[in-house]
Amino acid sequence: MTTLTRTFRDSRIVARRNLIKIKRVPDLLVFTLMSPIMFVLLFAYVFGGSIAVPGVDYREFLMAGIFAQTVIFGATITGAGLAEDIQKGIIDRFRSLPMSRSAVLAGRTASDVVNNVLVIIVMSITGLAVGWRIRSSPLEAIGGFLLLLLFAYAVSWMMAYIGLLVPSPEVVNNASFMAIFPLTFIANTFVPSDNLPTPLRHFAEWNPVSSVTQAARDLFGNTDPSFPAPDVWSLQHPVLYTIIWAGIIMAIFVPLSARQYQRTTERG
Amino acid sequence: MDAMITAEGLVKTYGEVRALDGVSLAVPEGTVQCVLGPNGAGKTTAVRILSTLLKADAGHATVAGIDVVTDPQSVREKIGLSGQSAAVDEYLTGHENLQMVGELYGMSRGEAKARAAELLEQFSLTDAGGRIVKGYSGGMRRRLDLAASLVARPPVLFMDEPTTGLDPRARNELWDVIRQLVGDGATLLLTTQYLEEADQLADDIIVMDHGRIIAQGAADQLKDQVGGERVELTLAHGDDVAAAEAMLAGHASGGVRANPQTRTLAAQVSGGAATLRKVLDALDDAGIGVMDFGLRRPTLDDVFLTLTGHKAEDPAPTSTEATA
Repeated sequence: MTTLTRTFRDSRIVARRNLIKIKRVPDLLVFTLMSPIMFVLLFAYVFGGSIAVPGVDYREFLMAGIFAQTVIFGATITGAGLAEDIQKGIIDRFRSLPMSRSAVLAGRTASDVVNNVLVIIVMSITGLAVGWRIRSSPLEAIGGFLLLLLFAYAVSWMMAYIGLLVPSPEVVNNASFMAIFPLTFIANTFVPSDNLPTPLRHFAEWNPVSSVTQAARDLFGNTDPSFPAPDVWSLQHPVLYTIIWAGIIMAIFVPLSARQYQRTTERG
Repeated sequence: MDAMITAEGLVKTYGEVRALDGVSLAVPEGTVQCVLGPNGAGKTTAVRILSTLLKADAGHATVAGIDVVTDPQSVREKIGLSGQSAAVDEYLTGHENLQMVGELYGMSRGEAKARAAELLEQFSLTDAGGRIVKGYSGGMRRRLDLAASLVARPPVLFMDEPTTGLDPRARNELWDVIRQLVGDGATLLLTTQYLEEADQLADDIIVMDHGRIIAQGAADQLKDQVGGERVELTLAHGDDVAAAEAMLAGHASGGVRANPQTRTLAAQVSGGAATLRKVLDALDDAGIGVMDFGLRRPTLDDVFLTLTGHKAEDPAPTSTEATA
């Protein structure tokens, strides 16, 4: 077997193991499936009546934002999962086996993608139930979903690094919450960024969470051409800007995580 | 006979602490090497270096003739690791755990499944195999852990405190399994805090303290280092203890310990059974009734106390029965 097929095969085995765990830990299942449903319903019915977005129904505006926030949160499972595996000695079991060295991280991040696909399906159904519609072509819609998954995949690698750096699942969860909440709220996810105070508005406009949201909104056809996105390059070219960010995050955090994996697991 | 596990001058430091301070060993094929010592002696560090999980700061080690630093991946194909250094996944079933390990050794899914079933059978876990490990007892978990290290039938096994935390019955069961494995020709390096465990299983014992090897030999050799046997007596009447103590002192090669409450006496002797007979005759002549007597060899507890000046046991709740 070549190194590459071996890596692929071992990653798949690790990913399968992670997915079995999600199925068996009720907390995780609730976190991954119930919270997106709750978010859609809360925002649609609680905020929906008070927030007016020019040119488009708020529930249609909302869905791309909630998709973005939820898949990014889905990516944090990687961090907490790795921290837990280190704590419990599972990583040492893996390291004592003649398996591919990169399979643990690759399998982890891959299982987040599978998990996010499930989440997207559940959320889409919930969204459709509250009145969200895809008004573009199926191909564009698939493009939107893929872009969301790509961005979340990149974030998974960032979370992998955090998970390896702070080997306690609780700390990882708290740390990633503190990082992700501002990132997903100081953006165009739940309200248009135009009305934010100037410094926050600049942050929101160049925040990659805004661009992935804008891109998904465009690709789902949930925007009104007569009310265009703010005139900044990041939001005028949201697909490209998102792909660039995903590339940068991965270029930094894939090697960093791989190195940290060696270091963390060599302690003690 | 070639050594299956070798180490020369292994050193590992964590900041100021020298976890390993020049450890060398050689384990011949098909034998059991026990590494005995209290918590923090460096046992786990040594196992982690030999099983490629950790790099030593200095020194050199081989497993099955392969250098652990230059070719760790080949070493991993030859070893099985269980105990404190590696775990099973508690959210998978026993069967899923073993199957996953098999597949990661490169077996096909079918092979891995068949091997998992075989091991569950061997470790009396067939009924529990379909259940999630989280619900397993401590003993079942350790058996599964051990099974996981055997999936690829490795010629060299590392067990890092395999029985720590187990009740005496589960410990005895695990010992039987370990004996069987060694009978099948495996080379085993096993760390333990329990002197009795080393006594039961080891061909050769290394005693470690503060990152160094402080003694090495077969259990009997180590015991000889602390001196000869002890005569132990339990008297019928507490009133006789003082008289018996005086009498025993005449035959002992060291001091006599007497406990009037329990009516017991113990003394180190050099003449073995002949001395015991003389003591019993003398007591009989004096009309002192004896309820129980024995000639006991020193325990490894005595060995550790003599070598290090402190007890081997930690005051951990699990350590009670090891001094028996």
